[in-house]
Amino acid sequence: MTDIAQDTRAQDARLKKRHAAEARFRWYGRVAIAIALGFLVLLLGRVVQQGYTAFWTHSITASVYLDPARIDRTDLEGNNFDYIAGGDLLKRLKVQDDALGLASGEAMDLVSRDLGFQLLDRIKADPSLIGKTVTLTVPVKANADLYYKGEIKRSTPAADRKLTDRQMAWLDRLKADGVVKGHFNSGFFTRSDSTEPEQAGVLGAVVGSALMLLVAALIAVPVGVLAAVWLEEFSPKGRLSGFIEVNINNLAAVPSIVYGLLGLVLFINWLGFPRSAPLTGGLVLALMSLPTIIIATRAALKAVPPSIREAALGMGASRTQTVFHHVLPQAMPGVMTGVILSLAHALGETAPLLMIGMVAFTPGLPESISSAASVLPVQVFLWENAAEAAFHERTAGAIMVLLLFMIVMNSAAVILRRRFEKRW
Amino acid sequence: MTAPQNIGENSSMPHDTQLRPPMVAVHTPGPAAGVKIHCEKVNAFYGDKQALHDITIDIPDRAVTAFIGPSGCGKSTFLRCINRMNETIPGARVTGRIEIDGSDVNARDVDPVVLRSRVGMVFQKPNPFPKSIFENVAYGPRIHGLASSKVDLEGIVEASLKKAGLWAEVADRLHQSGSSLSGGQQQRLVIARAIAVQPRVILMDEPCSALDPIATARIEELIDELRRQYCIVIVTHSMAQAARVSQRTAFFHMGILVEEGATGEIFTNPRETRTQDYITGRFG
Repeated sequence: MTDIAQDTRAQDARLKKRHAAEARFRWYGRVAIAIALGFLVLLLGRVVQQGYTAFWTHSITASVYLDPARIDRTDLEGNNFDYIAGGDLLKRLKVQDDALGLASGEAMDLVSRDLGFQLLDRIKADPSLIGKTVTLTVPVKANADLYYKGEIKRSTPAADRKLTDRQMAWLDRLKADGVVKGHFNSGFFTRSDSTEPEQAGVLGAVVGSALMLLVAALIAVPVGVLAAVWLEEFSPKGRLSGFIEVNINNLAAVPSIVYGLLGLVLFINWLGFPRSAPLTGGLVLALMSLPTIIIATRAALKAVPPSIREAALGMGASRTQTVFHHVLPQAMPGVMTGVILSLAHALGETAPLLMIGMVAFTPGLPESISSAASVLPVQVFLWENAAEAAFHERTAGAIMVLLLFMIVMNSAAVILRRRFEKRW
Repeated sequence: MTAPQNIGENSSMPHDTQLRPPMVAVHTPGPAAGVKIHCEKVNAFYGDKQALHDITIDIPDRAVTAFIGPSGCGKSTFLRCINRMNETIPGARVTGRIEIDGSDVNARDVDPVVLRSRVGMVFQKPNPFPKSIFENVAYGPRIHGLASSKVDLEGIVEASLKKAGLWAEVADRLHQSGSSLSGGQQQRLVIARAIAVQPRVILMDEPCSALDPIATARIEELIDELRRQYCIVIVTHSMAQAARVSQRTAFFHMGILVEEGATGEIFTNPRETRTQDYITGRFG
């Protein structure tokens, strides 16, 4: 009996060890998840914390007396309307300007240059406005906005900050008087890039990204899916197809900047495509996404049970009919997943676009797929490198817009996939 | 042996097929009707491996011929030679002559797509298309252009489902998924799908091996009804099933057709000892 008892004891020990090992591995899994989630929260938290202020801004409602004595009718463009507006602002603040007009200059620096442009446009459209008072609402200058947001502090030594003591005092009074109001920064979504942070928005980059992605999808999806169908369903399985397969896998691992170089040589230098255009960018991204789409589509086709193929062939369907009536629809959810993943990846791609000149500063919306455009990730890159502090919150804001773009894309993919799956 | 001409259509059925109740094994000796499929010296290869050796057999019309034998004996391979489904497997090769109604299925001018519309096939695992019941049956007539109008197509679908004994069960849910049916219903749906293109031959590769006994009985009943109109070849692992549904039985072993004859004789009085050993369960 002792033998049996010993055996059981030995077994008990082993069993305990096994249970312990299992519990340990479960904990490893939990820790891994916690680390991954922690980093994600950290990343998103940092972006949101830095960028939420980009969605809030301040505007000033300025009344400007268009003094006929100060406006040169013969050269409208030559007039410094900003300076005139600055002077009017001082009057409202009941501050006497000095002989050199320095105070007017400082006041002028609180209001976006947009005010001057808008005044010029108004006068050009209706010269009779000269001699009247015009009231306009425009954004405050980025530094003023930063002051309201608490980014520029009085406690900073005057030499190190962008606003003078009296500018700050004026801003406080304007806010108290209700001339300056804080509001949701809709301009961030309706304007394009600008050298003035308070006038910079992401619309141009969003449209550019959308156009570029459209070009990439229109090229990469049909080419990739058809290539995968041929490789998986029609090509004779031999050395050549093995060679092709290995090379597609290799291409999927090629650094994206290499695709940028290829695009530069092939599309811009040889074919003379426009630089910095969504067309060229889309082509480069299409090349980059092709291997991933092919690999994902092949995997999805492989996962379709052979019984479906047999059923169709046995009914007298040709191979093409078999593939397009039965196999491909069945593989569609998988194909969609692959396509969306690779396009989402392409959406966030920056390096190859730098190679084809997409780093150019592009104010305004792209008119077509062949005109210069900015795209979201490049916009992020450009703003991050900008000197003005006000661009930093916009960088984070643009990142949030980019993430939102991706979330929208991915949800669309999930919805589409569900719809395809619903067909039995 | 010369190719038989114009077989099947005019030959009368043996008397006992009309009289005997279904599901009772009455075995008629010899080919009941004319020869539908004539095979001569058929060899099949998968790469270097030879799967079939010189198979020569005549398969009668309007009767069920069962292929029995242990796994890997080549019976399924041979079945798939008849509608050239083997061609879809890379490296597969077939030599010899297979004639249906006197014409060579491997002839150059025979398009396998057309051949397979004449020779329907039912597989081991019910494999309805992931589409509606209606679409499953309508697919064949549609791709082969058999229906001239929507009404015509609906007629074909209804007739096929009725022939397959499924109409009563699915008439009110034709637009539900084919895979929502039970296994036995799915297999009958697949049979309806095969019938819809008016085949001359129906090949069945272990059609009941994935079904429960009740569904199996239902399919066997259906096979027995269908044999009045079609030439049916069935591969089965169940000797009881072969005895129940077939009029003729062929026993395959290691790629060789060991013995072929009326089902009754094969099961009661086989000529070969290997057949005897297999049907009595000594190997297999």
